[in-house]
Amino acid sequence: MLSFALNAAFVMVGIAMLLGSWRVLVGPSLTDRVLALDTLYINSIALIVLFGIYLGTSMYFEAALLIALIGFVSTVAVAKYLLRGDIIE
Amino acid sequence: MKRWLPSPMLSLMLWGLWLLLANDFSPGQMVLGVFFAWLIPVITEPFWLRRPRIVKPGKLVMFVLMVHRDILVANMAVAKLILSSPSQLRPAFVEVPLDTDNEFVITVLASVVSLTPGTVSADISADRRTLLVHGLDVEDSAALVASIKQRYEAPLKEIFGC
Amino acid sequence: MSVWVEGLVAALILIGAGFTLVGSIGLVRLQDVYTRLHGPTKATTLGVGGIILASLVFFTAQTGVLSVHEVLITLFLFITAPVSAHLLAKTAMHRQEKKVQSTRGEPWQQ
Repeated sequence: MLSFALNAAFVMVGIAMLLGSWRVLVGPSLTDRVLALDTLYINSIALIVLFGIYLGTSMYFEAALLIALIGFVSTVAVAKYLLRGDIIE
Repeated sequence: MKRWLPSPMLSLMLWGLWLLLANDFSPGQMVLGVFFAWLIPVITEPFWLRRPRIVKPGKLVMFVLMVHRDILVANMAVAKLILSSPSQLRPAFVEVPLDTDNEFVITVLASVVSLTPGTVSADISADRRTLLVHGLDVEDSAALVASIKQRYEAPLKEIFGC
Repeated sequence: MSVWVEGLVAALILIGAGFTLVGSIGLVRLQDVYTRLHGPTKATTLGVGGIILASLVFFTAQTGVLSVHEVLITLFLFITAPVSAHLLAKTAMHRQEKKVQSTRGEPWQQ
């Protein structure tokens, strides 16, 4: 049961990431691309946590936490750059 | 007291956060956690905004539970909207007048508005008096404003007593 | 691990992955950048929350020791999601992105 759920979830999150990548490539606006990248990093956290359950190790927790931290900071930095033309004023 | 323990709530939160991060509830980690929970607020005290006191902690717990419920229920509604017919959505920008000028309360309110699906707080006016909210599917703008004010702003004002 | 725990973990994983997928479908299907903000920032965050809850239950059941550090990721995502949504909304208004015809009300000048 669990392995079926895990496989199904891998496929679903994979499709979600493909859709996100499509939005990154197509745009049309720059804000859309940043938004899609934001979604992609959150999806990748889901994927890593799922992989941790799949392997039965909690070793990947730190990786997921780091992606959460770095992803947020980079989204804010890019949004701020688009907004003000500078990151730290 | 004020100098050596500037904010007991922050210290308590940091202590809990440290124990969660270590994922280890042994006495050694608890002592180390107490050390960080004391040190960090003392060092960062000058950077903090003015924080309101929590007047009604019981009400805060109820509010958090209510927001969680709203997030779950409203997410289902948004999922249904996305999957059925995106072209028939009625998006709208609405302006919510604010009754409080406390930065912390406004931040919490804006975050809660953004987390409950169907609404994103998009901007705040320079005088901190109006919040611009974008709604995904709004039937009646006035009703949305009223529900935000009554459902989220009123309890927040009560909790923080301002 | 008992069948019940396994079932619970499986259900949480499927619900979480479902919401993640819905968020990305919203990203593709919705019409303008302002409505697109709604899908990913919330449905996706909730989806990851579900998956992380599954991980918490799974590792607690597997090792027999309470494993709660996954909650940190959820907590962090729930605090940061509104901030990034707010900044992206401001960016969209600043760049005067197109909005769908049926939108009522006006975005503010930045």
